[in-house]
Amino acid sequence: MSHESRQQKRAEIRAMFKSNVRRRLWVDKIMRGAVVACALTAIIPLVWILGTAVYSGLPVLSWAFLTEEPGAVGAGLISIGPAIQGTLILIGLSSVLGLPVGILGGIYLAEFGGGGWLARQIRFFMDVFIQVPSIVLGIFAFLAVVLVLGHFSVWAGGFALSLIMFPIVARATEESIRMVPWTYREAGAALGLSKMAITLRIVLSQAKKGIITGVLLSVSRVGGETAPLIMTVVGSSVFFEDMDTPMDALPLRIWRFSLQPYDEARIAGWGAAFTLLLVIFAIHLGVRYFFMQEHGGKGLRVVLHLGRKVR
Amino acid sequence: MRAITKQERHTPPELEPQRRYKMVTENVSIYYGDVHAVKDITMKFPEQSVTALIGPSGCGKTTYLRCLNRMHDMVQNARVDGRVLLDDTDLYDKSIDPIYHRRKVGMVFQKPNPFPTMSIYDNVVAGVKLNGVRNRAILDEIVEDCLNLAYLWDEVHDILRKPALELSGGQQQRLCIARALAIQPEVLLMDEPASALDPIATQKIEETIQELKKDYCIIIVTHNMQQAVRCSDYTGFMYMGSLIEHGETKQVFERPADKLTAKYVQGQFG
Amino acid sequence: MPKRWIQRDEKPRRWLLSERIFKYATAAAGAYVLAVILVMAIQLGFESAPIWEEEGAEFVFGTDWNSVPGRESYGALPYVLGTLITSALALALGFPLSIGIAMLVMIMPKRLGRPLGYLVDLIEAVPSVVFGLWGLFVFRLYFRDYVEKPLHDTLGDSIYLFGGTPFGLDVLTASIILAIMIIPTISSISREVMSAVPHQQKEAAYMLGSTTFEMFRMAIFPYSKAGLLGAAMLGLGRAVGETMAVTMLIGNATGANAMVSSLFDAGQTMPSIIANEFLEASPIGLHTPALIGIGLILLGVGLAINVTAHFLVGRMVKVNEGPVH
Repeated sequence: MSHESRQQKRAEIRAMFKSNVRRRLWVDKIMRGAVVACALTAIIPLVWILGTAVYSGLPVLSWAFLTEEPGAVGAGLISIGPAIQGTLILIGLSSVLGLPVGILGGIYLAEFGGGGWLARQIRFFMDVFIQVPSIVLGIFAFLAVVLVLGHFSVWAGGFALSLIMFPIVARATEESIRMVPWTYREAGAALGLSKMAITLRIVLSQAKKGIITGVLLSVSRVGGETAPLIMTVVGSSVFFEDMDTPMDALPLRIWRFSLQPYDEARIAGWGAAFTLLLVIFAIHLGVRYFFMQEHGGKGLRVVLHLGRKVR
Repeated sequence: MRAITKQERHTPPELEPQRRYKMVTENVSIYYGDVHAVKDITMKFPEQSVTALIGPSGCGKTTYLRCLNRMHDMVQNARVDGRVLLDDTDLYDKSIDPIYHRRKVGMVFQKPNPFPTMSIYDNVVAGVKLNGVRNRAILDEIVEDCLNLAYLWDEVHDILRKPALELSGGQQQRLCIARALAIQPEVLLMDEPASALDPIATQKIEETIQELKKDYCIIIVTHNMQQAVRCSDYTGFMYMGSLIEHGETKQVFERPADKLTAKYVQGQFG
Repeated sequence: MPKRWIQRDEKPRRWLLSERIFKYATAAAGAYVLAVILVMAIQLGFESAPIWEEEGAEFVFGTDWNSVPGRESYGALPYVLGTLITSALALALGFPLSIGIAMLVMIMPKRLGRPLGYLVDLIEAVPSVVFGLWGLFVFRLYFRDYVEKPLHDTLGDSIYLFGGTPFGLDVLTASIILAIMIIPTISSISREVMSAVPHQQKEAAYMLGSTTFEMFRMAIFPYSKAGLLGAAMLGLGRAVGETMAVTMLIGNATGANAMVSSLFDAGQTMPSIIANEFLEASPIGLHTPALIGIGLILLGVGLAINVTAHFLVGRMVKVNEGPVH
């Protein structure tokens, strides 16, 4: 084909191109508007919830509200002292039960398991286990602890929550350890340290921030969990007595308030919700501010949502 | 290496005054944040010719090439100063969306980047469809034309429906050329199109360039001096973000006006 | 990373022993998750055995739900359907929103996009029970008066879905709250998946003269399809297991009443029936085994969804490592 005829042909094809750029740019603008609308649709409920919690919850707060026992409905003030105490005890107990398993499991995945068969299975099932409905974990704790001991107990609640905690901590630990450069381990080996000493003294201290981030975020998640507590610690209106009796917890208390038809219960419910949000957001913002800006942030965020780092 | 002062910088000649220039850049400077990556380049690209941009890696030749297509718009802290004229319209005119220009300026990248989920056929017509052409017969014709121009038709005419990823690297690159040609551009930018390819594929692509030259204004970035000699009519030598020398390829390689150019084409550095 | 650690035969025995103990302790901690899943499945199966023996397939396909001693009858179908319907609705509402948010974060300059992404992630930090409280005392009232009633009044007679009496405690309200709750999960994973698309793909689309939106359609969506599907599945898994907010908002019907016929009907999901009845269930009869049986179904559904999701996201990772770049 000659140059001229080809030029002519190209001109013909170009003439067929529709002058649709303006329309396409409009479509693009509309889509931009639509995605902004998407973001607003998601942000508005968040702001609305937080706003309501502050508006209805903040005025309720008082020293008595936070530290005393609930008392009878109609007696005036309803307090959440036992609930706060119970939530703190549950966080402590589940950490004691869940953190060692989680951190050791993470060390195994990062340092010993590598890409082996067992490690791959463990990693996969941890990712899946993070997503198991929490109420099923409650039933499991009921069967494995409550039925075995013969009574509802703090142990059962702590166990159920530790099941939520340990896979999160394990995966966060694994990802943080992986980010520790290999040269640190070589330096340790050159000093004649054993693998255990290298892992515990050098690697863990380097991965500290990431692990603390994972722990704090799992604590914030556990602190807001309600479903597995229903059939384990059940709820109570007095302060903690011993490990073998039912106990109160903040989210449980909020649920109980919501079931009562009285205005003062609703008001107290917002007070409790505000308190809970305050604690959880403080953890989140603190983590964000102190830890997440560093390289660990991205991987950890994915770990917490998905349990799998998209590499 | 010595610093290049403004006085020493080579002023581009009027290459062939009678020729029409397709694309002209005037005092183009490109910044990435605080880094001054391309410094004050004025260059003219005639129609129906191949201009090669050579220079050691990191000299800003790719950065410069990408500004001819407004590809820097996607980079968040990049800034382009100066004017880039395509047929006397300024590419960086704020009131005109880059889409209008990108229709006229096709680009082939360093690594072949066909759309992996599309078939060979769909890859070629992807840009055409954007322009609202849906007629099957016309699309078929365009596909055959463009694949022919890219020397790929004979190899793929019976597997047009297969995913583009099944092609070899060289074929993928020629597919990308065909895809760029399908939008019927007036200028074709090529960023080291043969850097990832084997010698045979490289040769095919160079043949393609020779064929395309008859219709297009082609600007090709290459680090391979033989390639520049083989397929270009004009050559610009860039060093540390500045254009050191620009002239006919033969002259630049045989009688370089600048000492730095001489050193580079003799292979003393780069 | 070298796989094998340096062999140190010259070290004293005691040291090697502690090394070995440490290694096995970590392996045991890792394997703990496998043990828990296994024991959990077995125990749920074992403890719910009486209901499977008594009801057989009727337990899954029946609609009766009666815990009065002597007239006991348990069928979980309404709750299974309730779970599927609310989750599907939540996904249908939440998925497009999440993708939209992920797109916005990607096209915004980083200094604006990052805070936005973080804000959306914060939704996930709000405990389910607080969502429930807000839904129950605030959202429901507005939603009933300004959305449900007008819909019912205009379309209730002609479209079956909008029949029933809008009360605010129903399938639609629960689904909408669920949709909001799953947005952070889906949007942050799809954001990761979409930013994993190689830059060259985006350049190819822009080079052809596409607008930003056309670039998404041409380069990003096809490339990250599997990962986006995986993100949706993970959102679905989250919705299926969500308990408190749903329990507080869905109206808690039981038995045949919980079969959803209209969006404005009270319903019940698997998690919510467990949350509502577990403590009241008598330990003697079949009520507790029935609820445990529902827990087993829930575990099965949850595992199936999440395993699929992880394979899909895994496939995305494989595509990523493909020959394109």
